[in-house]
Parts: sequence; C-alpha cells; structure tokens
Amino acid sequence: MNQLLYSKLNSLIKVESSIATSIGKIQLDKPVMLASGILGISLDVFNRLYTSGAGAVVTKSLSTEPWEGYPNPTIFSVKGGGWINAVGLSNPGAPNFAKMIEPNQNVPIIVSLVGSIPEDFEMMIKQFENCKVLAYELNLSCPHVAKVGLEVGDDPELVKKIVTTVKNTTVVPVIAKVGLGTSNYLNTVSTAIDSGIDAITAINTVRATAIDVETQRPILSNKFGGLSGTPIKPIALRCVYEISSKYNVPIIGCGGISTWEDAIEFFLAGASAIQLGSAIGDNWIGVFDEINKGILQYMQRKGFSTIKDMVGLAKKS
Amino acid sequence: MQRNHNHPTIVTIEKVINETPTVRTLIFSDEVMSNVLPGQFAMVWIPGVNELPMSVMISQESGKAAFTVRKHGPASTGLFNVEVGGQIGVRGPYGNSFDLKEGKLLLVGGGTGLVPMMRLLTFVKSTDDVTVLIGAKSKEEVFFEDLANSLLKNNSHNVIVSTDDGSYGEKGFVTDLVEKLVDETHYDGVYVCGPEIMMYKTVQSAHSRNIFVQASLERMMKCGVGICGSCCVGEDLACRDGTVFDGDHLSKNKEFGYFYRNKAGILENY
Repeated sequence: MNQLLYSKLNSLIKVESSIATSIGKIQLDKPVMLASGILGISLDVFNRLYTSGAGAVVTKSLSTEPWEGYPNPTIFSVKGGGWINAVGLSNPGAPNFAKMIEPNQNVPIIVSLVGSIPEDFEMMIKQFENCKVLAYELNLSCPHVAKVGLEVGDDPELVKKIVTTVKNTTVVPVIAKVGLGTSNYLNTVSTAIDSGIDAITAINTVRATAIDVETQRPILSNKFGGLSGTPIKPIALRCVYEISSKYNVPIIGCGGISTWEDAIEFFLAGASAIQLGSAIGDNWIGVFDEINKGILQYMQRKGFSTIKDMVGLAKKS
Repeated sequence: MQRNHNHPTIVTIEKVINETPTVRTLIFSDEVMSNVLPGQFAMVWIPGVNELPMSVMISQESGKAAFTVRKHGPASTGLFNVEVGGQIGVRGPYGNSFDLKEGKLLLVGGGTGLVPMMRLLTFVKSTDDVTVLIGAKSKEEVFFEDLANSLLKNNSHNVIVSTDDGSYGEKGFVTDLVEKLVDETHYDGVYVCGPEIMMYKTVQSAHSRNIFVQASLERMMKCGVGICGSCCVGEDLACRDGTVFDGDHLSKNKEFGYFYRNKAGILENY
C-alpha cells in the first residue's frame, strides 16, 4: 500500500500504532536500545534504563577475563560535535558479569562479546547458561583494541569460524556488530550471513583521533579511538541502506541517533530497530522515551500501524 | 569557536600553594571554572599523564579557580607536580551541587574533601550559624583551617579540627565528633565530603535523627557525562546524578559505604 493511501486511510479511520518490533526472532516492545559500551556494567542501571524506555540494553563488550581498559583521557567531545572514545573495552569479564545478571528477570539484555578466537566466544557463552539473555551481539568492529573487534571483523575466515562456532554453541539469536575497518564491511556482513548470523548491527564507532593544538599531542591516551554521535549518523545510515539493499537480513541501526527523526530515517533505510549511546551524553536517559514518543506520533500521523510497515520504505521510492 | 564544555580547554597554572607536604593548590585563570556551583567538578587532563575528576577549588581572585590535589596515585601525583607555567586541560563543569539550607549548618570535610566545603562556605548567608569540621591524619596534614575561619568572619561560626593521632585539635575520628554534635544540636543541614566511610557514618548519624544531610561521592570516572558507566553506585551515576546525593537517597543505596568499582568495573569492598 502506498503512503498516500495510508495517509488518506488514516484521516478516515484512527490507526492503532504500535512501536513493538522484531529483529528476526528477537522481539522488542520498544525499538530503541542502549548501544554496547554505554553504561553497561550494572544490573541496577539496566533496570533503570529499561524503566526509562529502552527496548533492550546491550552490555559492554565482555571478554574472557576482566580488562581494565586504557588510562584516561578515554572519552571527550569533539569540538565540532560528536564524541571520541578509546575506553579500551574495559569490562569485568564474562564470568563475573554473568553472575551479576543472573537475578535478572525483566530486562531484555543483549550480551555483547569480544574475543580473538572462536573458543573465546564459546567459553563466554557457556557462562550465561543460567541467565536470561535475549541475544548475543558479537563485537566484530571495535576500532581501538588490538587482536579483537575490527581486526577480527576484517578477517572473513575468522568471522566465519567465530559465527559458526557461536551458532553451534547456543540457540539464542546471534547478532554481528560490524563497522568500517580496512576491508569492505559488506564482506563481513555476507560472511556472517553465510555462517548463519541472525541479525546485523551497523555500525560501530569510526576510527578517529583528536589533537590538542596548545600542547601539540593527541588527547586520547591511546592516541586513536572511535568517533560516535551525530557526525557519523549519515555514514551509519548509508551502511544500513547498503546492507538492506544487498542482503535479506534483519538490521539494527546504530550510529549518531539522537532524535525520533533519526530513528525513522534508519527504519526507512532498512533497520528494524535502533541503538543509541552518545545521545545519552548529550540529553541523558530521558532520550529513550522522547524518541519512543516521537516514533509513535510519527506513525500515527503517517498511518503506520507497525514499525515493519516503515522498514526499508525509502528504497521503494 | 564557542567553548565545548565536554572538550578539554587548556589553562595555565599561575600559582602553586603548598598546603601540606602532600597537598598542593594550583591556581589558574578560567571564567567558567571560577563560577561553578559547590559540589561541581571538572575532568582535569594532565597531558601525557592521565585525566581525573577534581572538585573545583575557589580562588580569592575573581575569574580564577584552582585544584587542590593530594599526591596519591600516578594521576594525582602528575597533577601535584605541575609547576607554574604548566598547562592542563579542563572540561566541565559536571555534576549537580549542594542544596544549601539556612540556619544551623554543619560542614564536614576530610582531606581534599574540604574543597567543595570551602566553595559552599562562599554561599552561606551572614545569618547562618556554621560549624566546620576538618578531619586529618595528623597536624602536618591539616589545611584550610585559616581559610574556613576567614570565609566565615561575618558569621557566627566554629571551625573544629580533629586529627586521628591527636597531634592537633581534637583527637580521634571526625565522625565521632559528628555523632556528638548532631546529638546535641538539630542542624538545618549537614554537608559532607571526604573518604567514603567518613561520609557513610556522617550520613547515618544525621539521617537517623531526621537531619537533612548531603554527601558528595567520589568514584573512578572516565566521561563525566553518564555514558561510560565507570562511576555507577547502585542505579546512580555519580557524575551525572550526583556527585551530591541526599542522605535519604543514599540510605537506600546498597553500594554506598560498602563498594566501589575497580577499573574493570568489578565491585570491590571499601
């Protein structure tokens, strides 16, 4: 049904709109999730974010052992807008983390994992046997830690082995989070799909740096980090559009989303749900409900009854 | 370009004051930092060393601010060692501020926890009756006693120092003094900043007697804006929801007084 007809129908009958969505087998009451790396180390905070309107929370990327991450400065804002970070994947390690979220009943938690070899992921997933996990998200795209993240995502053979192993280890849906590395990210996407991945999150932060002109040195202790926030939104949107044009795979859009209009853009480009992080730094956690509300009002105004009705619509025009 | 408060702005240290053998105050010119509210903090970048959260110290001169730092780990020692002419980056200010009541006030500070207390003193009304408790390990680690007295010269006031070893002022822990004072007097507001155990006991002493009390919490921080999660205390983010919390709120928090998170985010006992 075309949009004009939708609008006309909507003026005649009140359409019941729902912001519930599904990413393949993953069901969400609300389409806006907390992106990985943001706030994700305490169950109390997860509960708070869920109550604040997050459809799901993605944990910090967990490794087999606890990681301390890099020394500060690790996060700051770029003068022209957006954030740059090289936290260095600090996390309590999968075993500690699994114990921490074991009591969870209500919050839809997506566990993000980072590792170098298939065995890392296998070991970590086994830690979560007694936990309620909505999905796993494989971090194949962190741009600032050696031997993991993008260095894995840029190696199709390794991606294939990891995804295949993970899919053989768990029945829980598995998402691959991709980003812009040195190889064509679409190869990572297609390899992950061929290996049985359930969904794709696009994109991670984009490798970047910032230099202080007074002291004439990079500000990040790690020199390089990842750029997030509004400056990368058009790039992320382009990637979602490209992936959805080329492959039949559920997509979660991520990158610089801070308003309901941004969210709608990602739906129209082909995403079934979205994630945000930097927007919390700018607007705090009220941003979830604000975007949910904006999406619902837009759907009612345009006559969409489900998120699905909008997914990929921009490609049809 | 307009100042981006979340990006380090470089300032130059103009004066260094040795407060004690381990504590220094570094003074610099910055209009934004000179006007922060009591309890607010900055993320302070020591180029080539680290970045750490620091409560912003007052300066007697307008347009100037300071950081009072105790050398402890590599980051604070790096800041301690910055000399006149040295450059550091500041971003912020971050966090909320104390809710200053009127009447009988009790301010409790331990070590560099006195910094927000000194700024709070610049906001008290001349009609307020103010008691300041300064806790230190020993005589040589006592600082800001004269400053507190001078800031309160127009008030009915009392500045009491207690040292753990009794080498100066009253002997014993400052929290024992708090317990005694709140037992004798119904304060309109109690404000505390210092080591967590000191804050925990002060909050307990005041809150159990239905006295309004606030504490400024310290946690490891990376972002300052509530996205990295390093500073979470229960469901609260010290940097964004705090650093100042009401005793009523804190008394329901399961982590306050007991746990902090290490660099990997694992809860550890105090």
